[in-house]
Amino acid sequence: MTSGVDTETFAQIQEAVRRFTMERLIPAEREVEETDTVPAAIVQEMKDLGLFGLSIPQEFGGVGLSLSQEVAVIAEVAQAALAFRSVFGTNVGIGSQGIVIDGTDEQKAEWLPKLATGEATASFALTEPDAGSDAGGLRTRAVRDGDTYVINGAKRYITNSDSATILCLMARTDPDRKGAAGISAFIIPTDTPGITIGKPDKKMGQRGTRTCDITLADVRVPAANMIGGDALVNQGFKTAMKVLDRGRIHMSALAIGQSRRAINEALAYAADRKQFGQEIANFQLVQALLADSQAELYASECMANDAAARFDRGEAIPQQAACAKMFATEACGRIADRAVQIFGGAGYMVEYPVERIYRDVRLMRIYEGTTQIQQLIIAKQMLKRQAAGEKL
Amino acid sequence: MKVLVPVKRVVDYNVKIRVKPDQTGVETANVKMSMNPFDEIAVEQAVRLKEAGTATEIVAVSIGPTQSQETIRTALAMGADRGILVEADADVEPLAIAKMLKAIVEKEGPELVLLGKQAIDDDSNQTGQMLAALMGWPQATFASKVEMKDGSMDVTREVDGGLETINVKLPAALTVDLRLNEPRYASLPNIMKAKKKPIDTMSPADLGVEPAKRLEVLKVVEPEKRQGGAKVESVAELVDKLKNEAKVI
Ligand SMILES: Cc1cc2nc3c(=O)[nH]c(=O)nc-3n(C[C@H](O)[C@H](O)[C@H](O)COP(=O)(O)OP(=O)(O)OC[C@H]3O[C@@H](n4cnc5c(N)ncnc54)[C@H](O)[C@@H]3O)c2cc1C
Ligand SMILES: Cc1cc2nc3c(=O)[nH]c(=O)nc-3n(C[C@H](O)[C@H](O)[C@H](O)COP(=O)(O)OP(=O)(O)OC[C@H]3O[C@@H](n4cnc5c(N)ncnc54)[C@H](O)[C@@H]3O)c2cc1C
Repeated sequence: MTSGVDTETFAQIQEAVRRFTMERLIPAEREVEETDTVPAAIVQEMKDLGLFGLSIPQEFGGVGLSLSQEVAVIAEVAQAALAFRSVFGTNVGIGSQGIVIDGTDEQKAEWLPKLATGEATASFALTEPDAGSDAGGLRTRAVRDGDTYVINGAKRYITNSDSATILCLMARTDPDRKGAAGISAFIIPTDTPGITIGKPDKKMGQRGTRTCDITLADVRVPAANMIGGDALVNQGFKTAMKVLDRGRIHMSALAIGQSRRAINEALAYAADRKQFGQEIANFQLVQALLADSQAELYASECMANDAAARFDRGEAIPQQAACAKMFATEACGRIADRAVQIFGGAGYMVEYPVERIYRDVRLMRIYEGTTQIQQLIIAKQMLKRQAAGEKL
Repeated sequence: MKVLVPVKRVVDYNVKIRVKPDQTGVETANVKMSMNPFDEIAVEQAVRLKEAGTATEIVAVSIGPTQSQETIRTALAMGADRGILVEADADVEPLAIAKMLKAIVEKEGPELVLLGKQAIDDDSNQTGQMLAALMGWPQATFASKVEMKDGSMDVTREVDGGLETINVKLPAALTVDLRLNEPRYASLPNIMKAKKKPIDTMSPADLGVEPAKRLEVLKVVEPEKRQGGAKVESVAELVDKLKNEAKVI
């Protein structure tokens, strides 16, 4: 049961984030797009505001939002270009939650306060060149040597790794067990000898975000850096999946934020643009585009809110999280596409934000589990139900 | 030195104001409310004075409906130390506000009262001046720059002709203008800490003030819609229109 912060304080928090998004982030979108960088001054402001610590418990200096509250706040920030959220997204989501959920007391005390302020930043390193959707097939090896582990392998597309202080990295500790069972999670400071971070990837969208390859050659870390300590040896994949369940709801919130923005932009344009002597918003075919988008957004919001509320009540939500992530991100793709359509030729031009949104939101259907992988998760839960003789 | 900052809850500056159909005022039901932007600048200045070691305590005061507590919380989140809420109607007139502030000033003994130059709802631009007069204090209005001296302050004021710098002795009332500073965003951890800072609640009667109405609003109407422009053929036609249609020359 996670109650987060009280309702009145939360209203102020949400308002503060909304205002910051409107006054500081949205006006800086063009600069981020042109320079492919989130300006250092804005990164600092996001740290000062407390965005890096949204999901870290208050006892460690974070804001300690419940997942329901995190959804509301992230949907506000995600009205702005997704690059801004990406800067602190790994600290709030996949980078820090492994430690929050399964870390030892010492690991929490050492890292969470710094992650909450943004003094330290974390990346989540699961994917490898030959292990994407099949993350359980990862090959990076961690071999115990006295009080240390020696790690060798390669990671791919790791968000924020070029600026991260630590990696929450999954590696195989038991080579005899194939698949997910032999994997452990480690906290690895990026200044450890043997780590090489590659050049940032060139991407379709989300300019201003960074992903890089990482190679690990004889990287030696204390055994105490295993998340959860010796008790959780070979349990790292479970940690990763807990992180991703929560992360999928976070991702739904991103999709909701971008969907709202795309709809706002399209609606304003349709109400203003005249063809055939009147505003195009008067045409029923344009209204149909708008209405479909609104209904899909509403469905996304309902799913994310319900899944988050269940999570906060302590329910296991693999199916709901997968449904929400799949639906909200796929819907967002359609909503962005309709927004471009409503803009006509202007929608294809870089000077209008819908062109960027169209490219930026494409990623959400791929990372943190592709749509197909979400389908597999949902179907697996359904088949379990069938096998157990349960009906809806 | 103790600093008092009155903060008013007003319709948010982003909201498109609508006039009530009966023309008695503007619509405030279900409308987003927030701190008067000039008051935010005043709070920011007070917090800067505290950070500079000049101010020792900042007290935020709001006079208005119960929800004005949220406005005080915003000030507390920005860095004020405690709050005073005087529960009253939303439309207390400037003179009554100034009288209540006087009673609070006499009780609290601040050396400086920092106010917004005006509230963006009624644009009265009176409270600071009235408070100074009631207290018999010097006043410095429309401040765009403030420099603290020993027992006084140099205040640069934005006046019609340019910038005027005056020196006022403390205690004093200071009203701030837009360009004095850029208010900070209250950080999320500070918003949570603000919850624990104390707010005293009192009534106008506790302060010995009866907020009687002295002014009567006859009607409130929307500004006239802007008419579309027109092209003129010649200078002569323009002059003719300015003279005979617009009647401005
Ligand atoms: C910008 C970006 C940032 C990223 N950030 C991170 C990060 O910070 N940390 C991290 O660990 N990873 C990160 N990733 C990696 C991301 O999670 C993977 O790209 C994703 O999981 C897909 O893996 P893949 O790219 O190897 O594709 P593949 O797994 O090769 O998939 C290719 C296609 O095959 C389909 N497919 C695969 N298996 C099946 C199946 N069994 N049934 C049906 N269809 C299947 C997929 O759905 C997809 O359509 C990031 C990726 C990108 C692009
Ligand atoms: C890259 C590019 C290259 C181009 N090259 C050329 C070129 O070489 N020569 C040239 O002449 N033009 C060119 N164009 C212009 C192109 O043909 C127009 O952009 C297109 O016809 C749409 O017009 P519009 O952009 O004004 O959109 P609008 O007409 O404003 O349309 C906006 C939206 O309203 C919808 N809409 C409009 N009217 C109605 C209605 N009555 N009922 C329902 N929906 C309606 C549209 O379907 C669209 O979704 C080019 C455009 C681009 C982007």
